Amino acid sequence: MANETPVSIKVNGKEEQRDVEPRLLLAHFLREDLGLTGTHIGCDTTQCGACTVLIDGKSVKACTVFAVQADGSEVTTIEGVGAEGELHPVQEGFWEEHGLQCGYCTPGMIMSGIHLLNENKNPSEQEIREGISGNFCRCTGYQHIVNAIQYAAKKG
Amino acid sequence: MIPQEFQYRRATSIDEAISLLKESGDEGKFLAGGHSLVPLMKLRLSEPGVLIDISRIPQLSGITEKDGTIQIGAGVTHAEVASSDLVRRLCPVVSECAAEIGDPQVRNRGTLGGSLAHADPAADYPAVMVALNAEVHIKGPGGWRAVKSGDFFQDLFTVDLAEDEIIAAVQFRPARNAAYAKLHQRASHYALVGVAAVLEMEGRTCRSASIGITGATGHAQHLANVESALSGKELTPETIAAAARIAADDLEEVNVDLHASEEYRRDMVRVFTKRAVEQAASR
Amino acid sequence: MAVVTPKMIGERIKRREDPRLIQGLGTYVDDIKLPGMLHLAFKRSDIAHGIIKSIDVSEAQSMPGVELVITGAELKEFLPPMPIGTPFPSPDHYSVAVDRVRYQGEPVAVVVAADRYLARDAADAIVVDYEVLPAVIDPEVAMQGQPALVHEAFENNLAVPYVPGGTGFDAEAGTVDNSAVDKAFAEADFTLSQRMMNQRLAPTAMEARGVVAHYEPGKDTLTIWSSTQNPHILKTFVAALTGIPDNQVRAIAPEVGGGFGCKINIYGEDYVAAALSKQLGKPLKWIEDRSEAFQATIHGRGILAYVDICGKNDGKVTGLKIKLIADIGAYNMILTAAIPTLTMLMLNGTYDIPAIRAELTEVFTNKMPTDAYRGAGRPEGTYFVERAMDMVARHLGMDPAEVKRKNFIKADQFPFATQMGAVYDSGDYEKTLDLALKNANWEGLKAERDRAKSEGRLVGLGVSFYVEVCGLGPSASLPTGGWEYSSVTVERSGKVTATTGSSPHGQGNETTFSQMLADQFGIPMSDVTILHGDTGVVKQGIGTFGSRSQAVGGTVLMKAGDKVKDKMARFAAAMLNPNEETDASEMVFQDGTIYFRDAPGNSVTFADVAAYAYVPVPLPEGLDPGLSEQAFWEPSNNTYPYGCHISMIEIDRDTGEPKLLKLIAVDDCGTVVNPLIVEGQIHGGLAQGIGQAMIEEVVYDDDGQLITGSFMDYAMPRATDFPRFELDKTVTPTPVNPLGAKGVGEAGTLGSTPCIVNAAVDALSEFGVTHIDMMLRPEKLWRIINQGGKS
Repeated sequence: MANETPVSIKVNGKEEQRDVEPRLLLAHFLREDLGLTGTHIGCDTTQCGACTVLIDGKSVKACTVFAVQADGSEVTTIEGVGAEGELHPVQEGFWEEHGLQCGYCTPGMIMSGIHLLNENKNPSEQEIREGISGNFCRCTGYQHIVNAIQYAAKKG
Repeated sequence: MIPQEFQYRRATSIDEAISLLKESGDEGKFLAGGHSLVPLMKLRLSEPGVLIDISRIPQLSGITEKDGTIQIGAGVTHAEVASSDLVRRLCPVVSECAAEIGDPQVRNRGTLGGSLAHADPAADYPAVMVALNAEVHIKGPGGWRAVKSGDFFQDLFTVDLAEDEIIAAVQFRPARNAAYAKLHQRASHYALVGVAAVLEMEGRTCRSASIGITGATGHAQHLANVESALSGKELTPETIAAAARIAADDLEEVNVDLHASEEYRRDMVRVFTKRAVEQAASR
Repeated sequence: MAVVTPKMIGERIKRREDPRLIQGLGTYVDDIKLPGMLHLAFKRSDIAHGIIKSIDVSEAQSMPGVELVITGAELKEFLPPMPIGTPFPSPDHYSVAVDRVRYQGEPVAVVVAADRYLARDAADAIVVDYEVLPAVIDPEVAMQGQPALVHEAFENNLAVPYVPGGTGFDAEAGTVDNSAVDKAFAEADFTLSQRMMNQRLAPTAMEARGVVAHYEPGKDTLTIWSSTQNPHILKTFVAALTGIPDNQVRAIAPEVGGGFGCKINIYGEDYVAAALSKQLGKPLKWIEDRSEAFQATIHGRGILAYVDICGKNDGKVTGLKIKLIADIGAYNMILTAAIPTLTMLMLNGTYDIPAIRAELTEVFTNKMPTDAYRGAGRPEGTYFVERAMDMVARHLGMDPAEVKRKNFIKADQFPFATQMGAVYDSGDYEKTLDLALKNANWEGLKAERDRAKSEGRLVGLGVSFYVEVCGLGPSASLPTGGWEYSSVTVERSGKVTATTGSSPHGQGNETTFSQMLADQFGIPMSDVTILHGDTGVVKQGIGTFGSRSQAVGGTVLMKAGDKVKDKMARFAAAMLNPNEETDASEMVFQDGTIYFRDAPGNSVTFADVAAYAYVPVPLPEGLDPGLSEQAFWEPSNNTYPYGCHISMIEIDRDTGEPKLLKLIAVDDCGTVVNPLIVEGQIHGGLAQGIGQAMIEEVVYDDDGQLITGSFMDYAMPRATDFPRFELDKTVTPTPVNPLGAKGVGEAGTLGSTPCIVNAAVDALSEFGVTHIDMMLRPEKLWRIINQGGKS
């Protein structure tokens, strides 16, 4: 493809170097180029949050960032937060409290939960609801997701 | 979901940004947080041929206090403004407004300069900047200039910014008695109507008032009639109500969409003017 | 010594599905990559109604990476019209429009390209010239044949001209006797009439649709992965349309990111992917954008009702007349025409109404077709009836809960044959109502509302009671067949593998079905694996919809399990008592062991019996080796779960903005296998119902342009839109299946809409309002508060 630009992005602690089309969205870069398919895409208007990842520690919708913009950054995706046996407390909360049904919004929701707890160790229920207001879930009615984040907050 | 092809350039200084823009002819657009532009590109409603990334220009970052004013770099994100101790202490309305924009992820990425340059008629920041009489600092090939926010927003998605200019920062005198009140559009959470009130109070008396409005018309603007109705008055429920009652009277070409008719929007201008002024006066 | 295995059914067990999903390791359809895979993009109509004059694909065809560009007219040569699942007459509906477009977003051409970016570029380069026709938008205008005909062969745009039902309707003779209904209305103390719209909604599963089709030429086999609720139906339909024999088609539902009914359908894009993969001999992928999903994935609801209700001044309702007009959009999809018939079926609600007349007309319009969306016809019926009952209470100045109580079908009347032809299986509605009123502190809430009102606040209370038809089956009630399939295999190791024709996509059946088998075999849940969603693995099946997985899928799983268990008991008996004739039905499976009921001290381990069954030396008389059985089963009737919802809302007097303050729900879905999962299902249903009541609506303008074409204008409920829901349950098992489970997937969507609108009407009662159509758009409420607007 014409017009390719080199990028170097540290993804889940691993330096990744690729030549990409400038128009390649970070979400597609993660999914297609790196095979990190835990980052999902649920809308095309920067609202649903299914594609939420952390860029340099901040939650961001990866469908609204070009891969070239993330050049030189550190990106954390759901694949980078914890693994079975050593789950992140937010992941654990989602499991314990039935914070997911179809699982599609879950990775983004977890990333938002992690970002929220990084900024606010002990959020109120309203703060949790606001903290995940950039993430849509059609299955759960959010109540168990709130419980999941409360679980993680309690665990610290 | 998939934007048109474009060339990508990265600027490391304001001057480089301007010259890259010049090079790209009329194909170029600045890209900072991208949270106004990229969504449009994904829907192919905007198809720039060249994007100039200005997110790494050091001069566009930072929030500083200088000579009794606050200056916020155009590249500062909404989240940074929302959580800035300086802004929250000296001019909380700006932080509160920033915290109302979009959602946490959008605030982590979207920038003040981007919001102003894009000038979405329903964006939150413009109302507050208009009410604060904030100066928009702009640099072009000919050097620096400053424009009052009230003059900066000219029309739907149209601002006083030449093809070869860049917004570098916004500067304003902090205001204690200031508030922003907004009616959320329930899908997008943009402002169906948003009103910012900045009052200069002396006891219960309002020495001067500045009111900025967004969402109601094609661009953010002052509500001059409300400003004069409040100025010099002792603020009582009656004087505030009287000023709010005329808030929509001078508005022309009020927005109409699925979510609100003209009649409803006009009334919401009155309602939210009242709320913003009450809240500003009570601080 | 065997480990004690606690009883699993009824326990709050965390889900077995979750470890993969919380790590981002689930495989959804867009996560599938095959070597040589190409990508599809669809050029869609940007107008609602028009004749295709020409399509210029020349530029698209010449673009780099483009393999094929094909129009509807070309596809028609080898891809017949799409089949449907209802018996009503239906116009041809091609996967890609041939000569005329009938809704905005209808496909008109297809691009196959090397990647999705190039495919999209090429689709944008296709130029279509239309002769624009007037858009048929308002169903009541459409019924007059105006302003145009959507399909020439359907006079006055009537897809289903007239279906009567209720008292005095003789289905066999096709006659309608109105005397009882007329008498009821003639003798009534009052009659109330109201037009009610149950608005269109977009299902919006968070994962939009997607398909990967892989035809392998030498083998003449097709494997199709699709984000579907029913892979077996997908297999059947795709085989029929592509001409590949159904024993050469394998359909796979990978991880599916929500369905809510919209993924029951087999869509044009599925057929096109299959047919073009066959033509090109290459794997193809198509992933729907959200913008496409709003335009071209089925919508739900869209039913208008004219309601007349009559009764006596003591609160007894004596008659109900409902005329339904369904705005079904441009075509019949798989169940489109049947959904409004479910609305009709449920028009008794939970009441013993002596005379009911229902009439249904279905109308074509230039919109996306409607079809099943969570609740699928029943929320509409519930809404109409519950709003009408609330109007009665308001008219008589009675407590709405007491009006319900007065008209309820009583506990001793079950099974109850309704005027609409349903036979409600079991129920004790008063018990559920009483619990809900108690949990809500109903009298206290009323006092709180009155206090708020006296302070000038607009606070209202709503109560609703619903009954739904679930556990869909028997076959007479479902064109696909109303059964379900399962197989259960005890492996050589003693682990258990089960397959199910249910195709869960969030419902947690891997967990609940494991719980069931663990109890059935007395083994740990972790020893059970549930396989689903792959027709190559699960031999037959119907799928997941109509809240049928637990009631029908769960029951057939038990049946298959019983067969294996019987056989295994005989092997165990032979091991324990090799020389005697024994009664295998006396065997107990517990804690990983099997023993005779009267000799628990003498047992064999489950694993040893399994091993023996696969190397049966000696082979017990009358037994064949192996432990694997399958079962088909269909229920004799649907199930009828029910519940009571109570809400409190406040409306901002200045802005008209409604805010939900409280929602209390008591649901009765029969036996509960996993309360945690059931609560999750109810929460989700409530959120969708509340969304419908308060913020969701699909809107087309007069030209048929979809105004709510993205989340910018279609309000998706967010976490900040809800209070914490307060749930409770009563348990009234169904006699229809041995498990006693009724189904719960859709329940929340039924009670919540009338409950909230009733509360809104209550909040605004001082303005004399008796009905408000959904959604509760702030401007609409502001107009009521300001008596039509402010001058």
